[in-house]
Amino acid sequence: MTRPEVWFTIVGMALVTFALRGSFLLAADRTTLRPLVQRALRYVPPAVLAAIVAPALAQPSGAAIGPFDLRLIAGLVAGLVAWRTRGILATFGTGMLTLWGLTWLLG
Amino acid sequence: MRVHRASFLAGVRDIAPMLLGAAPFGLITGVSAVAAGMAAVDVTFMSLTVFAGASQLAAIALIGSGAAVWVVLLTVLMINLRHVMYAAALAPQVRDLGLGSRAAIGAVLVDHVYAFASLRFAKRERDLDRRDYVLGLGLTMWLVWTGATAVGAFAGAQLPPSWQLDFAVPLMFLALLIPSIRDRPGLVAALTGGGLALALAGLPYNLGLVSAALAGIAAGTIADTLLAARRGEDA
Repeated sequence: MTRPEVWFTIVGMALVTFALRGSFLLAADRTTLRPLVQRALRYVPPAVLAAIVAPALAQPSGAAIGPFDLRLIAGLVAGLVAWRTRGILATFGTGMLTLWGLTWLLG
Repeated sequence: MRVHRASFLAGVRDIAPMLLGAAPFGLITGVSAVAAGMAAVDVTFMSLTVFAGASQLAAIALIGSGAAVWVVLLTVLMINLRHVMYAAALAPQVRDLGLGSRAAIGAVLVDHVYAFASLRFAKRERDLDRRDYVLGLGLTMWLVWTGATAVGAFAGAQLPPSWQLDFAVPLMFLALLIPSIRDRPGLVAALTGGGLALALAGLPYNLGLVSAALAGIAAGTIADTLLAARRGEDA
């Protein structure tokens, strides 16, 4: 992407996001969401986030122990911490420290 | 325009503890954007105008990998769809406010702001100015978010690539993903979305991401509907 394209994208992102946030506050004074739509919206975060995470972690980074990419290992350790603690910073910290530790061991 | 000072300050007070979480998130967003090849000014501009952390991280990763503009916008749309839920939930309680006030509330309606606003609005406090309370919550968060992004971006530009800080993006998503799986249908949604995204990773224009996410949403909704039907039969 060229830099003007990046700016164009950012402005587009801002408009999309504001349209979503303002949606029911601005336009419709009396409409409500149908139950099926409400139900579907609940599953947007896990579906979208998993679709982003899985390929990102599976992508080879060039550094591996046997068949296991270092980033995949660090991601799995961080995922375990996320599951136990539900803390963003704990997850982030463990993941980065694991990656640095493994890189240092191999280097 | 008169600002109801007490309500605005009540918002600032309520949101203050949340800033401890938002500031590091903003820092990491700034750092990882620079690591992914974005200019520090550009990601700061992004925080200033978009003000939606998870979708910004996704956009940063996609922009870094050379995705098409419409793929970035579609992904941002999907990640921020939850805000429609917030707007719909809050709408009945602000119906009597003017268009400008409702637009102002909409502009800053991020996750934590929604959580506090719905809590306080439900109490129907007489002396609470709803617009200024939400602006107290939202503008404080917005200022800290943008400031933290800027600090992270400009400081991150000085850090060497050997720190591998581009790994921050998948890590942050992992940290958001795991707590978003609250029940079995949520797990179905995540496994479908993640599994299909892996299988379809080779498709052009990141079509794999978009279609996997949509399939995941559908799978979660179907699982939820089936479970609800089964519970209904049991009762």
